[in-house]
Amino acid sequence: MLDKRSKALRKEMLKMLLAGKRGHLASALSLVEIFRVLYDDILTFNPKEPKWPGRDRCILSKGHGCMALYAILADKGYFPRQELKKFCTMDSLFGGHPEIFIPGVEASTGSLGHGLSIGLGQALASRMDGRKPKVFVIVGDGEINEGSVWEAALSASKHKVEELTVIIDYNKQQSYSSTDEICPLEPLADKWRAFGFGVADCDGHDVGALKEKLTGVPFEPGRPSVLICHTVKGKGIDTVEGNLKYHHVNNFTDNQYQQLVNLLEGGAEIA
Amino acid sequence: MVGELAEKDERVVFIGSDLGLGTMKEFQERFPDRFFMEGISEANLIGMAAGMAMEGKIPYVNTIATFFVRRAFEQVCLDLGLHNLPVRLIANGGGLVYGPLGPTHEAFDDIALMRSIPNMSIVVPSDANEMRRLMPGTLERQGPIYIRLAKGHDPIVSKDDWGFAFGDWYEYQEGNDLLLITTGIGLNLCIEASEKLKSSGIDCGIVHLPTLKPFDPGKCMDFLKRYPVVITVEEHLLSGGLGTLVAETIAENSRSLDVGYSRIGLPDKFPEGYGKQLPLMESLGVSADAIVERAKTLIN
Repeated sequence: MLDKRSKALRKEMLKMLLAGKRGHLASALSLVEIFRVLYDDILTFNPKEPKWPGRDRCILSKGHGCMALYAILADKGYFPRQELKKFCTMDSLFGGHPEIFIPGVEASTGSLGHGLSIGLGQALASRMDGRKPKVFVIVGDGEINEGSVWEAALSASKHKVEELTVIIDYNKQQSYSSTDEICPLEPLADKWRAFGFGVADCDGHDVGALKEKLTGVPFEPGRPSVLICHTVKGKGIDTVEGNLKYHHVNNFTDNQYQQLVNLLEGGAEIA
Repeated sequence: MVGELAEKDERVVFIGSDLGLGTMKEFQERFPDRFFMEGISEANLIGMAAGMAMEGKIPYVNTIATFFVRRAFEQVCLDLGLHNLPVRLIANGGGLVYGPLGPTHEAFDDIALMRSIPNMSIVVPSDANEMRRLMPGTLERQGPIYIRLAKGHDPIVSKDDWGFAFGDWYEYQEGNDLLLITTGIGLNLCIEASEKLKSSGIDCGIVHLPTLKPFDPGKCMDFLKRYPVVITVEEHLLSGGLGTLVAETIAENSRSLDVGYSRIGLPDKFPEGYGKQLPLMESLGVSADAIVERAKTLIN
């Protein structure tokens, strides 16, 4: 069962979806607890000065999950919550993928497979300046089909970038079908281990487990880390969970909004 | 040259792929913490450079031109262009330098591709001296820069008193009958052609344009107005490079111009044969003799 805070963040996402009438709903719903724990318990940051050099870096490489990011950034005061209600409209701060000019966003992402190299560069440059911020890069399981992710993994391992943590949103589904059917990833932990990472996994919706794991990085001294988060695509709303029709939603209606809010809040499906 | 920049600016970082033995050895010894040789992984090199630039570094990334512009195009476009970051791409083997290695290594399309990226600057020096003059300016320029290198040890034809500023046009010589507009090692071909044309009584102006982006149509017009006939010369596809830039300017100003125009460049095909750069260029229609012939046809 999701608690009040997890539900509230999801409700903000549904409001965004209603505003823009479209968005990658299911892909964002699997990220909510990951972001919640990072921003509530792990990251050092200052919403009043988003580019404060002393901040930790957090890149959403699977940019299409951005509704979850915007919900937590609004929650932390990076921008007024009302902004969310303009999602994907002409005068909005936000489109369907994160952009660098949005307060709190570290990199413009959307095309997959870019974030890990960028995070690696941030970590290496910070080192040169005698700083050692934590750098988290959140990738999708489908995203790691991209060869560039593995190029970056080789390089991160070479440089023993222990301040870098990859978080995999392992919901086991991608746009067309299951990851197993499209491009099997298993044995996933072994792959990352073989690339020189310290590896752990946990339930990506268990706030306590996420906090425990993310507090414990690096998992092995002198190695970058990867946390494989077992998640559910569409988590928290019955009809959306595991339903690829909600990977990306178009023409989202008031009626659908009411339906999904009701389900989120524990009610039965409205007939 | 990057070493000299690193000496005076601690933001300078060098990133290579898997370069030839001993490349940048001195830099590596002098600045081990600012030297990265990351392997045959161009997408990662560019993304990593972007991340470093976000943190205030000025990465100079070096590999073969085609691997920047074809293999890592999306990283160059999005990580560098979209973020408007000061990463410098030092592209070895612009044009047909790698002729003996075949089309996979021939950068005949790089200017067209790089030109399509907003925020990108493109420079094509004509010789090593010009390269030396342009490098200091790469420290402070905003946004990514694509630097197209020739093979090295090309004849020195640029003039020291030109200095270097991004976007400037450099007049090698004035003339009356014909203007040759060129970039990169095309300058040398134009000089040779001009000598040959002189003996036929054709007085040839030559202007060299080392910056292809940004391109100032106003400066282009200043030259176009002064000559009855203009030919562009480049070691690049006819489409998308210098010839296209000048053609666009002529097309958009057609009411105020009375100029005969022609382009010399590479045809729309993958080069065949494995000759050295200059003979290969000649076989594809880019040579001093080709310029002479085209000039005579246009003037007569």
